[in-house]
Amino acid sequence: MTVIPLGVPRRLLEFTLDGEPVRAPEGSTILDACRAVGKDVPTLCEGDTLTPKNACRVCVVEVEGARTLVPACSRKAESGMEVRTDTERARHSRKIVLELLASSVDLSTTPKVAGWIKEYEAKPDRFGPDAARLNEEPKVDNELYVRDYDKCILCYKCVDACGEQWQNTFAISVAGRGFDARIAVEHDAPLTDSACVYCGNCIEVCPTGALSFKSEFDMRAAGTWDEAAQTETTTVCAYCGVGCNLTLHVQDNEIVKVTSPHDNPVTHGNLCIKGRFGYQHVQNRD
Amino acid sequence: MDLHFGDSKPTDEEKAAVDALLGPPESSWEGADRSDADLRWARGGREARERRDLLLPGLHAVNDRIGWISEGALHYLCRRLTVPPAEAYGVATFYAMFSVGPRPATVLHVCTDLACAAAGAAELCAGTEARLGPGSGASVQRSPCLGLCERAPAALAIRAGDPVRTAVAAPATVEAAVLAASAPDSADEEPPAAMAVPQAGDPSLTLLGRVGVVDPASLDDYRAHGGYTALRRAFELGPAGVIREVTDSGLVGRGGAAFPTGRKWQATASQPDRPHYLVCNADESEPGTFKDRVLMEGDPFSLIEAMTIAGYATGAHQGYLYLRGEYPRALRRLEHALAQARARGLLGDDVLGQGYAFDIEIRRGAGAYICGEETALFNSIEGYRGEPRSKPPFPVEKGLFGKPTVENNVETLVNVLPILTMGAPAYAAIGTGRSTGPKLFCVSGSVDRPGVYELPFGATLGDLLTLAGVRGRLRAVLLGGAAGGFVRPDELGIPLTFEGTREAGTTLGSGVVMAFDDTVPLPRLLLRIAEFFRDESCGQCVPCRVGTVRQEEALHRIAERTGAAAADDIALLREVGRAMRDASICGLGQTAWNAVESAIDRLGAYE
Repeated sequence: MTVIPLGVPRRLLEFTLDGEPVRAPEGSTILDACRAVGKDVPTLCEGDTLTPKNACRVCVVEVEGARTLVPACSRKAESGMEVRTDTERARHSRKIVLELLASSVDLSTTPKVAGWIKEYEAKPDRFGPDAARLNEEPKVDNELYVRDYDKCILCYKCVDACGEQWQNTFAISVAGRGFDARIAVEHDAPLTDSACVYCGNCIEVCPTGALSFKSEFDMRAAGTWDEAAQTETTTVCAYCGVGCNLTLHVQDNEIVKVTSPHDNPVTHGNLCIKGRFGYQHVQNRD
Repeated sequence: MDLHFGDSKPTDEEKAAVDALLGPPESSWEGADRSDADLRWARGGREARERRDLLLPGLHAVNDRIGWISEGALHYLCRRLTVPPAEAYGVATFYAMFSVGPRPATVLHVCTDLACAAAGAAELCAGTEARLGPGSGASVQRSPCLGLCERAPAALAIRAGDPVRTAVAAPATVEAAVLAASAPDSADEEPPAAMAVPQAGDPSLTLLGRVGVVDPASLDDYRAHGGYTALRRAFELGPAGVIREVTDSGLVGRGGAAFPTGRKWQATASQPDRPHYLVCNADESEPGTFKDRVLMEGDPFSLIEAMTIAGYATGAHQGYLYLRGEYPRALRRLEHALAQARARGLLGDDVLGQGYAFDIEIRRGAGAYICGEETALFNSIEGYRGEPRSKPPFPVEKGLFGKPTVENNVETLVNVLPILTMGAPAYAAIGTGRSTGPKLFCVSGSVDRPGVYELPFGATLGDLLTLAGVRGRLRAVLLGGAAGGFVRPDELGIPLTFEGTREAGTTLGSGVVMAFDDTVPLPRLLLRIAEFFRDESCGQCVPCRVGTVRQEEALHRIAERTGAAAADDIALLREVGRAMRDASICGLGQTAWNAVESAIDRLGAYE
């Protein structure tokens, strides 16, 4: 069990959510408030341990008096605000955003998105067969992880995790502009020529599978990846004395990938190259 | 921070270009050769990092000298400023005027935007490309609006070197454009700014009154024509008094959003957090807009005086003038004017001997329409990608460098001068009740006398077009630029006020009035607008990044179709357009569908 740190007591704000009065601690976002009362608002780029970039715009809601819709993930709740999460206007924008995304990238390994596409009756095909999309082969330039730009929705989470919010390595950034913008290292070089330290924290936060473990990528290609058959065991990393938690994903008695619990107050899901990728010695059975 | 700079080295020239801006490096920690002292001292980290805002000037320095930014040059600049190379690469690739791949030293930017397209930009491009083939040392780059619409079609040649040289050909023939690219020093001189003001010399002009009358290089001439009387009056009134006058004048922002200027100033002035900053938005990149260029080229001291007043009123001691990269002549004139003002104590530690310290720094954009969005502009100055930030927090609270910032565009600021010299009541008496003062309009397209016009708010679209002289049979008028909307020739009675255009279901925007006669193919015009937004989207949010692409695709599909054949795609455009307007982060995505929608609804573009 992990320790849940108690925060400073905060004042409660009162506002209305879909016509119902709700109270939320000062500083919480509209999304926090929605989740606190059990209301589901879809999100893609929001992450539990990173400052939301509000780039995907799937979580937009209607706020009385605002000219445009507002992103629930990053807009702070204010006293007296009137928020409506499920209006025709908000649903329309979500539907179009899902269509735009699904028509331009491969969302097949994005959790929950299939359900939303159905719920909002999104039809990504209606932009025609010639709708622009990336169509790029996955980049396999090292033995640890794979970059599949076809699945990248440019949520900026990997950039934030690699940069000032987590890892402080700054190996990747967004390059280019508009539809041509893409996550890249300097000069769009192979990862092996970059500042990457292979901590894998970017994989940890990637919401779509655009970044994946080489092990997972190979098994998916071979058709042997079976999430239902996997068990997850959280343990303590034995490499050094920090005591990071590791979650071992095991399939057929083999570790297939390693993640880390986000609610751990020390690491928040961060690991280093050894904790994340250095597990082969465990299953070296010679 | 855990930085990795690779092993690519700058050439001597690249290093010299960076060092000319930043000074020589002091230790191996920021790019000098390693010395014994460096083994014991680690200097540079935090200090260098705090100079991150010099990244954009640094990229300019290299691009200006060499013509493009090599790996070695980028890494050296990164080492000097302790900026991660991946981030600097992200910034360098954000701007259209930079190249991270080798290219010829001379680049000829040929404008392909609305006014120039109507005036034959396609033929100009083809002609110059044919003449400037490989081996000519010049490349042709198709460019969005260069802000020379009154002299369409236009081309701007930039030749890298020390110093960088520029030449403008407008209106451009293939010969003139090729000459500008092959011999920028001997190309024809640009006509004076006053040539863009058909009313020049008219004594009733308020904002344009000095354009063509004063020598833009002479501070004495400016003072002889009433210059710096407004600043003296500001010192008499005190900061609160200036804000009161501006509030009472009813001045609203002229950049397109029409926010009350006095309220913005008051909100910034009252922030306890320090320092406060003043930013002048001179990044006018709206296709069809060139009024700020004409003001800056024809009357540069007035902008400097107005910025000083704005800084004084809002408690700022540092002003930034963010000038679009495509305006080399405005840059030269303003740099000269700033030096003059500094030398004469009108900027610096003690402005006019009043004990108020204020200075202005020019920051040059590098080809990105989005940087005209106020928060994207802050990111650009700070050395980040010019992506807009989410609001709230608003700039008056957290703006440039996270500090309270007031941002106004050039025309808005220049209005402050007559407000102070004539007094708020007299100023407010000009125009209509809710749109006060004079307004500049950029008229271009199918008219006999294109240029910047000054009229009091309330004149009709027809009045303005009569002044400019419509040529041929008018088919449509684009109001407010690419982010604005089209109106029909039978709607010329629309009063040119914020409330009047709103009631008519359109917008005044930044004051663009572009006339198109019936020879201009409307679908092609709409395609160009869609292409513009697709090119200029920063790519941050999904509705704009993908929506602008889908919009352009749909317009391509229906380019030759009308009626029922186009109905499906028009319905699709409406749906996408509505989501872009509702869910995009900033004004670019929110307005990208305006012009196309108005062409469908008001002009019946595909009926």
